[in-house]
Amino acid sequence: MTAQTILSSALWLALVVLGLSFLLTVWRVIKGPTLPDRVVALDMLVGIVIGFIALIAIRTGFTLYIDIAISLGLVGFLATVAFARFILARGRGEEAPEAKASPVAPAAPLAPKHKRATSRKPGAGPAVSRKAKK
Amino acid sequence: MIAVLIALLTALLILVGAGFALVAAIGINRLPDVYTRMHAASKAGTVGSGLMLLAVALHAGDLSTLARALAGFFFFVLTAPISAHLLAMAAHKMGYPLHEQSVRDDLNDHQN
Repeated sequence: MTAQTILSSALWLALVVLGLSFLLTVWRVIKGPTLPDRVVALDMLVGIVIGFIALIAIRTGFTLYIDIAISLGLVGFLATVAFARFILARGRGEEAPEAKASPVAPAAPLAPKHKRATSRKPGAGPAVSRKAKK
Repeated sequence: MIAVLIALLTALLILVGAGFALVAAIGINRLPDVYTRMHAASKAGTVGSGLMLLAVALHAGDLSTLARALAGFFFFVLTAPISAHLLAMAAHKMGYPLHEQSVRDDLNDHQN
């Protein structure tokens, strides 16, 4: 068994496994009930595509693909940060028919507290809200 | 002989990386809420792509390629927790609920 056959068979198997995980993650992007689910799945898709780029770099021998992978990782990181800011700015919007408030985390009192904490000193926020609740 | 050894190590890195990516994809489909899905995606997915970058460096056998692959690996390992933490904090502040079986929420002021 030469080195080339080992490498090519491992590449085929890894390409199949990566394609399967890509499809599973795309399924979560389509199905995901809330916006953060979709953002997490898109972040995961960037990681899988970086894996694809690495496999193609091994297959073709062009190591310049590593630079493309690094820049794709940078773009994916910035996209995730921008999506997080967008989730903070947008609020919960019109979605969440199945994301009902659970007994563990009451969803309603969290949002106004955050708005107050931005205009006040950070240490004063929870104490005041607790006193107002009593 | 040494070529076969390097090919075996590269194949092992590739297969383990693809396996981590598959585990992350299964976890992102099976886990119940946003926060646990984030835990699957940001840890196992990052390790998967990082191992494949290391496989490229090992296959090339070049010092500059090794340096670039290591830089990419450390970049991914550093930025994945930052983005996941930012996303989790944004989702929690906007009140996306935890799953019913969650036992503890350290960011929530109302229960402690």
